[in-house]
Amino acid sequence: MFDQTLARTIFGRLTWESFPLHEPILLVTFIVVAVLGLGLVGAVTKFRLWGWLWREWLTSVDHKKIGIMYMILGIIMLLRGFSDALMMRAQQAVAFGANEGYLPPHHYDQIFSAHGTIMIFFVAIPLIVGLVNYVMPLQIGARDVAFPFLNNLSFWLTVAGALLVMISLFVGEFSRGGWLNYVPVTNIENSPDTGPDYYLWALQIAGVGTTLSAINMVTTIIKMRAPGMGLMKMPIFTWTALCSNVLAIAIFPVLTGAFAMLMLDRYAGTNFFTNDLGGNPMMYWNLVWIWGHPEVYVLVLPVFGIYSEITSTFTGKRLFGYSSMVYATVVITILSYLVWLHHFFTMGSGASVNSFFGIATMVISIPTGAKIFNWLFTMYRGQIRFELPMMWVIAFMITFVVGGMTGVLLAVPPADFVLHNSLFLVAHFHNVIIGGVVFGLFAGMEYWFPKAFGFRLDPFWGKVTFWGWVIGYWVAWTPIYIVGLMGTTRRVNHFDDPSLQIWFVIAAIGAVIILIGILAFVIQIGVSIKNRDKLRDTTGDPWNGRTLEWSTSSPPPAYNFAFTPRIHDLDAWYDMKDRGAQRPTTGFIPIHMPRNTGAGVILSALAMVLGFAMIWYIWWLAAIAAVGLLGYGIFHTFNYHRDYHIPVEEVAEQEDARTRLLAAGA
Amino acid sequence: MREHQFPARYRQLKALALLAPMALLSACNREVLNPAGDIAAQQRDIIYISTALMLVIIVPVIALIITFAWRYRKGKGATYDPHFDHSTALELVIWSAPLLIIICLGALTWWSTHLLDPFRPVNRISAHKAVDPRVKPLVVQVVSLDWKWLFIYPEQGVATVNELVLPVDRPVRFDLTSTNMMNTFYAPTLAGMIYTMPGMRSTLHAVINRPGTFEGLSANYSGAGFSHMRFKLYGVSEGGFQGWVTRVKASGPALDTPRYLALEKPSERVPAMYFSAVDPGLFTRVLQRCVKPGTPCTTGMHGGHAAEKASGESLTPAPGAQGTAPHSHQEH
Repeated sequence: MFDQTLARTIFGRLTWESFPLHEPILLVTFIVVAVLGLGLVGAVTKFRLWGWLWREWLTSVDHKKIGIMYMILGIIMLLRGFSDALMMRAQQAVAFGANEGYLPPHHYDQIFSAHGTIMIFFVAIPLIVGLVNYVMPLQIGARDVAFPFLNNLSFWLTVAGALLVMISLFVGEFSRGGWLNYVPVTNIENSPDTGPDYYLWALQIAGVGTTLSAINMVTTIIKMRAPGMGLMKMPIFTWTALCSNVLAIAIFPVLTGAFAMLMLDRYAGTNFFTNDLGGNPMMYWNLVWIWGHPEVYVLVLPVFGIYSEITSTFTGKRLFGYSSMVYATVVITILSYLVWLHHFFTMGSGASVNSFFGIATMVISIPTGAKIFNWLFTMYRGQIRFELPMMWVIAFMITFVVGGMTGVLLAVPPADFVLHNSLFLVAHFHNVIIGGVVFGLFAGMEYWFPKAFGFRLDPFWGKVTFWGWVIGYWVAWTPIYIVGLMGTTRRVNHFDDPSLQIWFVIAAIGAVIILIGILAFVIQIGVSIKNRDKLRDTTGDPWNGRTLEWSTSSPPPAYNFAFTPRIHDLDAWYDMKDRGAQRPTTGFIPIHMPRNTGAGVILSALAMVLGFAMIWYIWWLAAIAAVGLLGYGIFHTFNYHRDYHIPVEEVAEQEDARTRLLAAGA
Repeated sequence: MREHQFPARYRQLKALALLAPMALLSACNREVLNPAGDIAAQQRDIIYISTALMLVIIVPVIALIITFAWRYRKGKGATYDPHFDHSTALELVIWSAPLLIIICLGALTWWSTHLLDPFRPVNRISAHKAVDPRVKPLVVQVVSLDWKWLFIYPEQGVATVNELVLPVDRPVRFDLTSTNMMNTFYAPTLAGMIYTMPGMRSTLHAVINRPGTFEGLSANYSGAGFSHMRFKLYGVSEGGFQGWVTRVKASGPALDTPRYLALEKPSERVPAMYFSAVDPGLFTRVLQRCVKPGTPCTTGMHGGHAAEKASGESLTPAPGAQGTAPHSHQEH
């Protein structure tokens, strides 16, 4: 008895039963992850890379390195999220009639919850934030972001959240409440286990990171543009990044608030979202969707920016209708905040309310349609070079308009009454997320990779990636649209009607084709690193680019620009090339830069320990972590060694090297 | 024979467009083409009309994307004009073309959303048959339990689990609530779905126009037993309905409070059950969360609106409708 009390004091509700040793799939996964992890740690130790890793990367406040680390996080989590997708596709392809499949609801429900959570919060957001982090300061001629340390902290908080989700795979369980952790399923009475707590703590910690990052990016764009770059001379990607981050600042506090209330319900016995005692589960749905719908635009707006940059570059033309593109982006930003109720027309809000939200939703398709036309007329009378980034743009445009059409259809309430919660809806949002966001991220990675690393990505494996994703998408999701129209609903792990099976088998084949695309991408990176000398770009401007990031070397020096450029026109770099501007080769001065700090890593580690301890009710550890977090945060404010000057010799050395490289290339 | 509520025609179009093997579809096509309920049929029509309206712009856009991508590829020798980046006339077209489509679609939305509002009594039996004002709608009270459906027929005094029987061509009003989880009541052949929520009542009006056996389900994920939370829907003649009621009345136990409380406990894959009698106030007590003896009901905790609630007409909460007494509940 005493032993039990002691164990509970020390370990909270963590026991041997919390480890899924009896689950073969999880056990094998754990062993593979452990072996890979140990191998990685061993390799880093063997090659004595810990110091280098800590000094050059983990503690770096350089926006370029943080951007790359965000991308690595997103790609690793994509592999995890996609494994979940393959498992679901396999289950639905076999679970018909007498065959129950291999995933009972207890597991299946965790997998679809984890899939959505990971894909949005730990794949899409890190990849978008990573690209914005890397590219935006270069595009506006800045040397770093406004708050470099905050940037590092934001990244590590996101990592802490991702790690908590990964830990839930091997210690305890993940939420079974869907990717938005819906009440009443996740009320303490219905889910007393650790699942919803893992979800809440992981997303709260990562959410703080995302909010801080958004504040950082908005400040950077507002305050740190190179002289001459008025708002209407900003590159379109920077514009979309601005709108996306303004939107993120507006919505993430709502999500944090909703999660905080659910946490209070679960930990302190309050009744915000309970069924009884005055609680109202619907309020949770409203709050998470007030975040959730704009979030789609937080993701897709920067991607629209990527498509715009690429279309303009590879057609050799200025973007058609730049101002209308900017206005369209701003209009979408505002409207996206006014449409959340379309996620639950069928809750019975009444015809007038439903009509308002339905029509508001459709109105978004007007600026979005204008954007499509703008890209179209950028191609008109252009000289289109079908390099990989441009191929992604064409695939996007064709795929995305179909997703837009089904989206508007879902916005018509009487249609939504039969399509809501159906697989048609699931197919729709995968259509816009894959066809819009994912295609755009791949386009962006192909496009900016040479800038970040100094060599291009291998085009053959890039094409395999492209066709794998594009064909795979259509094979996987067309059948899902069809069964959705046949009245099949989502999150079901077993079907009775055998006539549906063929469609799920086709969908599973599609998922395997996408898998080929993903593996080809991993191979592409490996092959490109191996052949980097052959793929080398010495000019810094491999695509004949138009914006400032292409004016520096590839990869850019730590300080980005030896002299802050002066902007006279839209497409500043094209303008400079056009007017024959000469790169300055003398007269360098020391450059003031922010200094690296380990505080981001340490604070995030403490936040993760706090989350883990709270999930398992290990109160003493939670208290220590909370005090540590606060104490270290205060301690860090006394760190006055936050900046340094890059000596003029070092600047001159790097710039001379570039001068020689350019001369050799020419 | 499985019945889907909508769209086979649309599905066909789509399948044709995507060159999907039509043979695979033929098995259930006819049923899908013809939902048995007028509301579902009208909702399907809205899908057709909206899709057609949007295709007016989507098809040309896709054609233009492919044409421009082909025509202006490098090396083809088409006109290259790097300074063509603005045209006021073109901008006008770009913004107004989608705007016009959305104006049409918006008008359709406003009109159809009000016409097909689930709170609104049906205004016709079918396209060719008007509502007989003398016939009162059949009332069915629906309670979603973990994880099965309870159907109470208050006028007939019977109740069933996972089996819904409706007389053909008679308007039906469903009053719906839930005990714990949120589900959606969805009989695809009959009408669109509607949420069932604990402590709240939702309403759905519908009519079934054809006899037959159909599927119904919960379309909103509600936990472990969700995938099998299905029910059978039978469309029968008026005489057949009366006969069915008589048979149910003659068999099975009564659904009293203890039996309800036993039924309320979570269970999965529950076969159809029949109850020969039912406590007339049961649905209201479920709604007000006071079936268990000794639990205070939420009635009268919304200021002066208790009478309105009891009459079953109020659908929205009064402003500031939080109770003043302890253990107050919110009811919509």
